[in-house]
Amino acid sequence: MSTAIAKQAHAVLKNHPRDEPSALVNVLHDIQDEFRYLPEEALRLASEHLQISTAQVFGVASFFKGFHLKPRGEHICTVCMGTACHVRGAPRLLEQAERDLGISSGQTTPDLQFTIEEVNCVGACALGPLVIVDGEYNGNMTPHRLTKLVNKIQKKKGK
Amino acid sequence: MAAFKNAKQLADHRKKVVASRPENRKAIAVCAGTGCKAFGSYKLLDAFKKELKKRKLDRKVELRATGCHGFCERGPLVLFFPEGMLYQRVQVKDVEEIVKQTVVKEKVIDRLLYQDPTTGKKHKKEEDIPFYKHQARLVLKNNGLIDPTSIDDYIRIGGYNSLVKALGMGPEKVLKEVKAAKLRGRGGAGFPAGIKWETCRNTESDKRYVICNADEGDPGAFMDRSVLEGNPHSVVEGMLIGAYAIGADEGYVYVRQEYPLAVERLEIALDAARKQGLLGKNILGSGFGFDIHINRGGGAFVCGEESALIASIEGHRGVPKRRPPYPAVCGLWGKPTNINNVETWANVPPIIDRGAKWFASIGTQGSTGTKIFSLVGKVNNTGLVEVPMGMTLREIVFDIGGGIPGGKKFKAVQTGGPSGGCLPEKKLDVPVDFDTLLREGAMMGSGGMIVMDEDTCMVDLAKYFLRFLKFESCGNCTSCRDGLMRLHELLVDIAAGRGTEATIDLVEELAQVVRDTSLCALGSTAANPVLSTLRYFRDEYEAHVLKKRCPAGVCKELITFRIDPKTCNGCTLCRVRCPQEAVVGKKGQVHKIIQKKCIKCGICKDVCNQDAVIVE
Ligand SMILES: Cc1cc2nc3c(=O)[nH]c(=O)nc-3n(C[C@H](O)[C@H](O)[C@H](O)COP(=O)(O)O)c2cc1C
Repeated sequence: MSTAIAKQAHAVLKNHPRDEPSALVNVLHDIQDEFRYLPEEALRLASEHLQISTAQVFGVASFFKGFHLKPRGEHICTVCMGTACHVRGAPRLLEQAERDLGISSGQTTPDLQFTIEEVNCVGACALGPLVIVDGEYNGNMTPHRLTKLVNKIQKKKGK
Repeated sequence: MAAFKNAKQLADHRKKVVASRPENRKAIAVCAGTGCKAFGSYKLLDAFKKELKKRKLDRKVELRATGCHGFCERGPLVLFFPEGMLYQRVQVKDVEEIVKQTVVKEKVIDRLLYQDPTTGKKHKKEEDIPFYKHQARLVLKNNGLIDPTSIDDYIRIGGYNSLVKALGMGPEKVLKEVKAAKLRGRGGAGFPAGIKWETCRNTESDKRYVICNADEGDPGAFMDRSVLEGNPHSVVEGMLIGAYAIGADEGYVYVRQEYPLAVERLEIALDAARKQGLLGKNILGSGFGFDIHINRGGGAFVCGEESALIASIEGHRGVPKRRPPYPAVCGLWGKPTNINNVETWANVPPIIDRGAKWFASIGTQGSTGTKIFSLVGKVNNTGLVEVPMGMTLREIVFDIGGGIPGGKKFKAVQTGGPSGGCLPEKKLDVPVDFDTLLREGAMMGSGGMIVMDEDTCMVDLAKYFLRFLKFESCGNCTSCRDGLMRLHELLVDIAAGRGTEATIDLVEELAQVVRDTSLCALGSTAANPVLSTLRYFRDEYEAHVLKKRCPAGVCKELITFRIDPKTCNGCTLCRVRCPQEAVVGKKGQVHKIIQKKCIKCGICKDVCNQDAVIVE
C-alpha cells in the first residue's frame, strides 16, 4: 500500500544511501523541505531506509528546534531572536506578529496560512531587528511595517 | 579540465589563470554575502550584467559576486578594481549611471562614496575607510576579492599552494609549524590547535577523522558563516593540511541549518576540488587521500559542543558526553577525531605559507594571530572586523565601529555569547585576548561582540541569555535543565518588580550551583551572563528590586508610556496606530494614553514625529 506521502518520501530517500545513520539529519531536512513538516509515515520510512530504530528517528526529530512534527502554515514568519536583534527590539516584533495573527510563537493559524517561529540568529545582524517572511529577509523592521507586510500577504490570498 | 596529477600541473594552471586576468583589468565586485543579499545585491548583480551587456562591455569588464566584505551596515557594497574604490548602499537605479560614469569615464560618483559620520570626510578607497584601516585582515583578506564559487579565483591568488608546500614538508614538520605558531582554537575555548593535532596523531588507530565545527550557535555572531560563504576553499585547504599532518583520510563539516548559502557555496567548492583532484585519492600524486562530507545541524546550540556534535553526526540526539576521553583520543565512531572551528582551519594555510614565526609575530605572546569579531548591536558600523589579538575594546568599538549611534552613551560590550560576559565602560581599555577577557569575567568565545548603550537594560539582557540557554539545554543534567529554568524565573521576577534583595542572593547562589555541577560547558558557563552583569551592574538589579524601576526603560512591568502635553501637536498618528485604542485625543489637540488599556508595545513612540512619547 502506498499513499501519496509514502510516494513523495520514497522519492526523497532515494537520494540517500541505505543503512547510513550519519545521514539522518540530512534526510530529515530533505523530508521537511518536501512536506514543510515531518509526517509520521515519512519518518517510519526513513527509519527503515537508514536502518535506525523509529525511537531514535523520533528522538532526533524532536531534539532539534528546526524540525516540526506538525503541519506548518503556508507562510512562515520567522522572527530573529539573536542578541543583536534583541537589543534592537526583536521581542516587540514577536509580540506584534502574535497580536496580528492571533496565535503564539510556534503555532499555526487554524486555516494553515501562517506559522510564527523564532530563530536564534541568522547572522544578518547589521539588518536587525530582522523578520524573515517566506524566505525573504526584512531588515530594520518595526512593528508597524510588520503588520503591513502580514496584511499584504493576507490580502493577496483573499483575492 | 582534468584533475591535477602533481604540483607542477597545479602551478602551470595557476600561471594560465593569472595570465588570462591581468592585474589592471577592470572588475566590479558586488558583495553577495547574506547581509548584502538581504539588502538586494542579487538584483544589483543582474542589473550590472544587463547594463554591461547593453554597452558591450561584458567581455572587457569582469563582474564578480564575492563573499562578505564585512561592512554590512553599508550594504549593498560594490568594489571597483583595479582602483579598490568602494561604493556603498548601491541601488539598482544607480547601476546605469555607475556603468556610464565610473566604469566608462572613470568618474567618481560622490554620493555613493562612504562618508565618515564623525569627520564628514568622504573616502574613495576601501582601505582608507576607518572601518577597514584599523583592521588586520588575514583570514578575511580575500573575501571581497574572489568569487567563492570559482576555484580558479582561489588558485589565482595562490590557493592550494600551502597544501603543496605541506605535502613537501611531511606531516611532522607541518605539525611542528602549527605548534610553533601557537595557533589557538577560535571556537571558544582557545585550546592550542597543534597540541590537539598531536594527540590525535599519536593515538594508535587504523582510522582518524577531522571535523570542521561550523555550527556557530552564538546568537549575534556570523564570522564562520562569512568565511564559509566568502572563501570556502581556504577552509577546505586548512582541513586538507590538518588531515595530512594528523593522518586522517575523512572529514566532516558540520554546518548549522540556518546558513543555507554557506552550505551551497561549500558544496560547490567541494565538487570543484574533487574534479581538480584536490580531494579524493592520491592528491597531487602524493599518496595522501582525503575527502569531506557536509552534515547539516538541526538548530540546536548545544550541538556546537564537540561531543554533542559528534553524537549528532552519528545520527543521535545531540547530547554531550563526559570527557575525557577527548575526541582526539576517542571521537567519531570511537576513532581519534580532531575537531576545530572554521576560523581555526582557515588560519592554517597562511601559517604554512608564511611560517610560524611570521604568524606568532602578530597579536600578543599568549594569543597569536588575528581574531574576527562580529561587531553588532548599538554601534554605528555593524559588521565583521578582523584585528590583531590584543587590540583594546575601545579601539574596536570606537575607532573601527565608529561609536554609538544617535549620540547615545556607551554602556557595555558583551563578548563570548551565552557563555560570556559583559564589560562596562571602565574596562574599555583592556586588551582583547583569550586570557585577559577570561580574567575580567567575560570570554573570547567565538567572536560575538555586542555593543550596548544606555537604552539596554542589563537585567533584561541576563534574562534574555537565560531564556536562550533554558531552551537550549539538552536536558541531561538536572542542574542545567532545572537550574536554568529556575534562574530564568527569578530573573523574570526581578524584571517584573517582584524581586527582593533575597532574590538577587538566590540568583547568585543558584548560578554557582549550575556552574559547578553541569557536565558540559553549556551549563558550566551558563551563569556567566548573570554573574558578570551582577558584578558590574549591581545597581541596575537593585533599582529593579528596591525602587521598582528599570533605569533603561525596557522592562515592561516597570515602565509607563506618557505623552508630553508640551510637545504633542495632536497629529493623531499614535491614536490611529495604537493596537489597543489606548490613545485618546482630537485632531490638533493634545493626546493622552489610557494606562489601563496600554500594553506597552511602544508603537506610539515609534510613530511619533515630535518625540512626544515619554517612557518612565
Ligand atoms: C554549548 C557549547 C557550544 C559551542 N558552540 C560552538 C560553535 O558554535 N562553534 C565552535 O567552533 N565551537 C563551539 N563550541 C566549542 C567546541 O566544543 C570546541 O571546543 C571547538 O569546536 C574546538 O575547536 P577550536 O579548538 O578550533 O576552537 C561550543 C562549546 C559549547 C560548550
